[in-house]
Amino acid sequence: MKILTVENLSRAFGGIKANEDISFEVEKGKVLGVIGPNGAGKSTLFDLITGYTKPDNGKILFENKNIFGLKPDKISGLGVGRTFQKLKPFADQTLLENVMIGAFVKENNIKKARNDALEIIEFVDLIEKRHHFARELSTGQRKRLEMARAMAIKPKLLLMDEVTGGVDQKTIPGLVELIKKMRNLGVTIITIEHNINIIMEISDSILALDQGKKIAFGSPKEIQNNKKVIDAYLGTVDDA
Amino acid sequence: MNKLDIAKSEPLWNTNKNIIYIISFVLMFLIALPLFGLNSFYLHLFIMIFMHAVMAQSWNVIAGFSGQISLGHGAFFGIGAYSSSFFFVQYGISPWVSIFIGMFFSAIVAVLIGIPMLRLSGHYFAIATLLIGISFQVVFQRWELVGAASGLWVPLTQGDSWSSLQFHSSKAPYYYIFLFFLVISFFAVWLLNRSKIGFRLRAVRDDAQAASSLSISVSNYKIIAFVISAMIMAPMGSLFGQYILIIDPDRMFNIEISIIVLLITVLGGIGNIWGPLIGAAILIPISEYSRIYLGGTGGAVDLIFYGLILMIICIFRPEGLISFVPKDILERKKQR
Repeated sequence: MKILTVENLSRAFGGIKANEDISFEVEKGKVLGVIGPNGAGKSTLFDLITGYTKPDNGKILFENKNIFGLKPDKISGLGVGRTFQKLKPFADQTLLENVMIGAFVKENNIKKARNDALEIIEFVDLIEKRHHFARELSTGQRKRLEMARAMAIKPKLLLMDEVTGGVDQKTIPGLVELIKKMRNLGVTIITIEHNINIIMEISDSILALDQGKKIAFGSPKEIQNNKKVIDAYLGTVDDA
Repeated sequence: MNKLDIAKSEPLWNTNKNIIYIISFVLMFLIALPLFGLNSFYLHLFIMIFMHAVMAQSWNVIAGFSGQISLGHGAFFGIGAYSSSFFFVQYGISPWVSIFIGMFFSAIVAVLIGIPMLRLSGHYFAIATLLIGISFQVVFQRWELVGAASGLWVPLTQGDSWSSLQFHSSKAPYYYIFLFFLVISFFAVWLLNRSKIGFRLRAVRDDAQAASSLSISVSNYKIIAFVISAMIMAPMGSLFGQYILIIDPDRMFNIEISIIVLLITVLGGIGNIWGPLIGAAILIPISEYSRIYLGGTGGAVDLIFYGLILMIICIFRPEGLISFVPKDILERKKQR
């Protein structure tokens, strides 16, 4: 069953076509990886789906409901969670409070929301840090905070922007495990990822973008052997 | 017990019991104080402290807890003062009832100016509110129905009257009325802070984009904060009108009101519920004494002094004076 259908989605900033005619589908419970070189339009695509940027035209169906042009709070209210590439924790509040604010989407009772939040914090393995202010946490921990906060709204679809970006090598495996744990809970995931090994490992299908256009969409294997992808993305990695 | 169960068994709030004892003691002291025969100057001083603490708390709700710096908050003070006096003067409605009318009008105005203005952010919002605050004064100076520049004169009652909220023989009843509103307002804000709305307002303050990813309508919550803030401010205008019994635009819509609530809050500690009280308890005596010793010219010297205090606080103690109070008096030790 399809949870998300994107058709001919476009958005231009001035003369630059950040996203042009992008179409793809995501199956419920699966992981879609989005890849592409810097400036390919990955984060723009996330902003279009989650309502942070208004699309120019196209169609976005979430659970067969048109969410094109809705505001971010409406879209997240329908069960679309997200994390941010440039992290946005509520810095002057504790980890627990951060996650509680997410939990309030589904739970009005403060104590129940607190307990829900604690379970999610345990899930992301940060229970001992619950009373630390977000600004006191390391980058890796703040990534987990954002994942926990997004999970707290009990999303059906979760968009994660570069979970493993900007953290040191030994932090990465834990974060990858966490994404897998989330998938095992049945959450549909769309993730932007620069590390090609990780994306091959966790994704059921992959969307490859380059200069705002879709250049390939398919299983990891198909993507790995796609000439356009190799030229646009993998090639440049090898060169570097 | 595993770590999760331990965490779940923790109390929901980390308030230290000490704070409850401190509040009870201070409150009992304040209730008893007039009984020791405080003269009318000191009663006036305390009344001004109570009033300004509530006014500053109103500003704290919009600025400290939801991150919108309003520089025209005096408008809601004036609206409160004018609504209650107007309905008393014109229709003989008891001030006790018209206080609520003032709150209602303030809330309406907060929504009407909030909808377009809260789309502005940061400096633009501050500038816009500054101008709104001034424009209210200009409008009321010319509005004949409410007495234009000469304002409204509340008809005096024969002797003291609780129903008309006028006391001529002693300031003590005003003292208790303002104290009562202080307690109610602070309790309301304390409850707000612990509510779902309070959590969401802090989310909007800290990061609006992240908040909207959690199904929080940023503009709605800003308006909610604006309305709550206005409804705390308005009764102070109403009561102050009953206290001085002359309601004129120069006093009730004075730009100084908008500035002093900011100063008090920043001095005491912005974003902290006790900040406005501490700020008012320190700044108001300074202001009243400087008025006595410097006479009519004191006004301007006041402002220079306020500016100095503000600079010192911003440079050396941006968290305000409340940050000098040891954390463990306010909070229970957390397991970390």
